[in-house]
Amino acid sequence: MQEVQERTGGESETAMERLSRDPSSRKRFLKMVGGAGAAGAFSVLLAACGSDNKKDTTSSGAAATGAQGGSNAGDLKIVNYALTLEYLEAEFYKEVIASGQIKDKPTAELAKKFGQTEQEHVAALTAVVKKLGGTPAPKPKTKFGPVIDGGAKKILTTAAAVENLGAAAYLGQAANIKSAEILAAALSIHSVEARHASTLNTALGMPATPDGAFAKPADMATVLKTVKPYIAS
Amino acid sequence: MMNNTLAIPELEEVEVDGLTRSAFLVRATLAAGAVYGATAVGPFVTKALAQGNMGDVDIVNYALTLEYLETAFYKKAQKLGLSGSVKKLAKTFGDQESQHVDALTSTVKKLGGKPAAMPTFNFPVKDEKSFLKLAVTLEDTGVSAYNGAAPMISSKDVLAAAGSIVQIEARHAAAIRLANGEAPAPDAFDKPLEMPAVLKAVQPLIQS
Repeated sequence: MQEVQERTGGESETAMERLSRDPSSRKRFLKMVGGAGAAGAFSVLLAACGSDNKKDTTSSGAAATGAQGGSNAGDLKIVNYALTLEYLEAEFYKEVIASGQIKDKPTAELAKKFGQTEQEHVAALTAVVKKLGGTPAPKPKTKFGPVIDGGAKKILTTAAAVENLGAAAYLGQAANIKSAEILAAALSIHSVEARHASTLNTALGMPATPDGAFAKPADMATVLKTVKPYIAS
Repeated sequence: MMNNTLAIPELEEVEVDGLTRSAFLVRATLAAGAVYGATAVGPFVTKALAQGNMGDVDIVNYALTLEYLETAFYKKAQKLGLSGSVKKLAKTFGDQESQHVDALTSTVKKLGGKPAAMPTFNFPVKDEKSFLKLAVTLEDTGVSAYNGAAPMISSKDVLAAAGSIVQIEARHAAAIRLANGEAPAPDAFDKPLEMPAVLKAVQPLIQS
């Protein structure tokens, strides 16, 4: 990374000149961040991913499927990992709402809203995987029965744990994502997971920021191990 | 271009990303300067601007300036006679923003840059109600600012640090929103903001 930066700094060409013939996705990203809102941002993101994919296939058809070490294979893996976590969260909230276990109306409303949000994350990440030419991870078979049968307190405690873990999972992958568009998308989801975690922590009388001033990341192995009890198959 | 001589295509990707990141910063700061004047942009840019050697130092200094703002804001909040729970939040969050200032300052130094100076701020808050209202705006804007700038960061370490901080800003935003009786996570995707939009939002609070 350092070496690359030094070479970048050593170029005599001005940054504005570079920008003027920027062939890559960054311009599209700039349009995206300057755009009207997150929903609009996602459609631009998807368009950008789509054309990147076309570009990649000219050098290697296999890269698009992620079968080889193509430039987006790592990103595909990360997005599918995120998708699996979002499936888990969405399904959890869905079952929680259906169970009627949460009697407190504002809390039930919150769970419903969070569940809808996770479902939107599922849809967005599925679309990203497809645009990258990959196969979306299948929806996992879940087993939240014991948690839901445990009542409102157990449900909220588990929800908080899962949201805190989700935020840590996104944080753990951010620096591994190569595509600026996918990174932007992951970040826009990461901070929402953090909001959920903070909200549930607060509802449970726990600190909004349990890690202190700097949130701790979690790696893929740790995260998958932690959610394993909730996966049936 | 030099890129074409690279044997490892993945390095070429990184190279292109780095170049474009620099270009973004120049574009964003020039645009901000054009709209808000050189004085307004001053805290956010360095002399490196004209050299096209923009990058992580400038992004981190931009973040540093926002953290200065939040730190000063929560410091002022301590004098507003806030109620117990809100006062406690303001104290905790202010301490954390202050730690962000320290971390970003040392990051700039580590990158070989000069940390941005702390501007003078003016916060139009007089009570708990006005405090919470502005706190929501500042924390939400902070999240969007990090989310908008982070994809431009070249260094993996700096990116990881920014991610670790933005998660805290998002947690603050949700908690402050709850304290203000607002939806803690109103959107499914937090909107990223470019530097000019962030500057526009915070400009009224910067005195000099």
